[in-house]
Amino acid sequence: MTTEKTYKVPTMADMAASGEEPEILFWVGCAGSFDDRYKRVTIAFVRILNHVGIKFAVLGPEEACTGDPARRAGNEFLFQMQAMSNIQVLNGYNVKKIVTACPHCFNTLKNEYPELGGNYEVIHHSQFLQGLINEGRVRVKDGQSFKGRRITFHDSCYLGRANKIYEAPREVLAALDADLVEMKRVRANGLCCGAGGGQYFKEPEPGKKDVNVERVEEALSTGADTIAVACPFCMTMMSDGVKNKNREESVRVFDISELIAQGQGL
Amino acid sequence: MEIFQQILFSAALAVTIWYIVKRIKLIARAINLGRPENRFDHADERLKTMLLVAFGQKKMFTNLLVGVMHFVIYAGFIIINLEILEIILDGILGTHRLFAPYITPAYPVLIDVFEVLAFGVLVVCVVFLCRRFITKVPRFQQERHREMTRWPRTDAAIILTAEILLMIAFLTWNASDSVLRDRGVGHYGELRGIVPDFLISQFLKPLFTNFSDTSLIAYERIAWWLHILGILVFAIYVTYSKHLHIALGFPNVYFSDLQPKGEMQNMPEITKEVQLALGLPVTTEDDGSQANDNGDQPAEVGRFGAKDVQDLKWINLMNAYSCTECGRCTAACPANITGKKLSPRKIMMDTRDRLEEIQQGWKVNGNEYRDDKSLLNDYITAEELNACTTCQACVNACPININPLDIILQLRRYRVMEESQAPASWNAMFSNIENNMAPWKFSPSDRFNWADQVNEVK
Repeated sequence: MTTEKTYKVPTMADMAASGEEPEILFWVGCAGSFDDRYKRVTIAFVRILNHVGIKFAVLGPEEACTGDPARRAGNEFLFQMQAMSNIQVLNGYNVKKIVTACPHCFNTLKNEYPELGGNYEVIHHSQFLQGLINEGRVRVKDGQSFKGRRITFHDSCYLGRANKIYEAPREVLAALDADLVEMKRVRANGLCCGAGGGQYFKEPEPGKKDVNVERVEEALSTGADTIAVACPFCMTMMSDGVKNKNREESVRVFDISELIAQGQGL
Repeated sequence: MEIFQQILFSAALAVTIWYIVKRIKLIARAINLGRPENRFDHADERLKTMLLVAFGQKKMFTNLLVGVMHFVIYAGFIIINLEILEIILDGILGTHRLFAPYITPAYPVLIDVFEVLAFGVLVVCVVFLCRRFITKVPRFQQERHREMTRWPRTDAAIILTAEILLMIAFLTWNASDSVLRDRGVGHYGELRGIVPDFLISQFLKPLFTNFSDTSLIAYERIAWWLHILGILVFAIYVTYSKHLHIALGFPNVYFSDLQPKGEMQNMPEITKEVQLALGLPVTTEDDGSQANDNGDQPAEVGRFGAKDVQDLKWINLMNAYSCTECGRCTAACPANITGKKLSPRKIMMDTRDRLEEIQQGWKVNGNEYRDDKSLLNDYITAEELNACTTCQACVNACPININPLDIILQLRRYRVMEESQAPASWNAMFSNIENNMAPWKFSPSDRFNWADQVNEVK
């Protein structure tokens, strides 16, 4: 950790107070704010944002759940309450562009807020990172070397099938100079981690196996030492699956932004 | 004799058409039980989707070999229909190979194409029967999938067997006809020199060399009648069968969802209440998706989500009638793969079964009859609904763009909003979102605490 560098996290309120507008709003999401594991992803992404000098801001305490899990579980009232409150805040700050590391927030903000009056350009952090890499603003050279490591990418349903984003996270990983190995069920045929549709917030229904175990078995069969994800819920499910298989010593689960931050020595 | 056959044939054709029209009306009435929704927008995009997915069978080629085999049956079905036109006209007019003298150079080429396709269909149907009943492709097996009960399996066997028999009738009819032509018997001989032997049926001619002229004519007539009557009966049967996809697959794809798969449909009736609750101005815009194009069915108000088929959208019900129970959805479903009760195919089959049950009620008690059963609970259980991860793998897998997820989500909405029947941990999640602005029990004021660590954590 370089000591001379301090990373900053400006809020929209700060910016508005000084009459500024950020280039982009970083929507952190509930998991990115509260989940200990995913907070590290939030921090990694914020460091990248600082490193490339993008003028960004977060909502901080003004952010609230997009309502996605409530909507998928069937509680449309709660979803719309959340959505409309969020839209009031976002429109109040005149937000135009949003980046988020959560595919569920991404899908909801991008596809479901417009009908309720929230129209923004919404991108997922995989697309954002892909853009930075393509523009040469992010170069993986100073930090940790990934040579010889085997990485497999797990498609998140709400990034992949839901919004057809398959290439961006893979191109981000390609910048690492590691071996990318694919699982059998990938892209449009990718197998869910088991968390979506509100499953994350309840015990699974009776069955013969947990979905995340099925998926982790597939990931492990590739011989990868790193499972890359791009979603907070996939992160938890895959990590739990790896633990279930007693492989947490040899196989790590990382978000793509963490890998990029490591590669940059951030 | 000729005229007797003509009358018989015309009567059979008329009865079939009358019956099929009756069936179409009944099915249309059942589909129209659903809520109205405008699916006549974006004609360009819809047409393109239909050309690619329905006509081009794009999604069938996920498995190349199966895609090719299915394409053979599909092309056979479409193209052999041209020959059926001639057969029908022959039947009505009492002619024999009506088109042959008029399109002489093209005629044998056309019949050759039909024969090759017919042979292809025959072979593929045999392979498909083997896949179902001998090599036992898992998604067709009842031991693995409880919805694959006796009827769906029998239905599949009937269809494949019927197609095999129809193709045999067609090919042997051509063969016996060729032999009669060679021998110069009656009107058959008139086409000698005009119509040559055909590509496939020429190899079947030796079967008939020992037949007398009379028995050969008898065979030719029987094969002709079996073939065409078989087609007519098959056409009626299809309206009762999972095989209805041969017709409904096309409109079903045309009207299928255009929005991103992750987008859940908004409920404008709730938007209004939420706006009132939040003290926001009510945007009572008339949502285009709720507009009624047919103008004959008032939108039903009052129920949030779906309890029964009437609460679903008409496209959900058309989906149910279009489903051919192939089970690709279920084979891709993470819940089903890991042994949960949910099967997207069963969701579609249940929806159709419920519609059929309502139709039975109409038959007995008149068209206004409503029983007290419902799709939810009587057919689809909470355990199935709660197992869905909304991953859209089923939607992606369906070769004709059926959306089982949409039905699941509408049923969930009913259970949660009308019956307050969410699992306890979901209720906890709801109250956390409501009170803490996050699905977990954290204080909203701690939401930004992570930023304190931004310079610490390595």
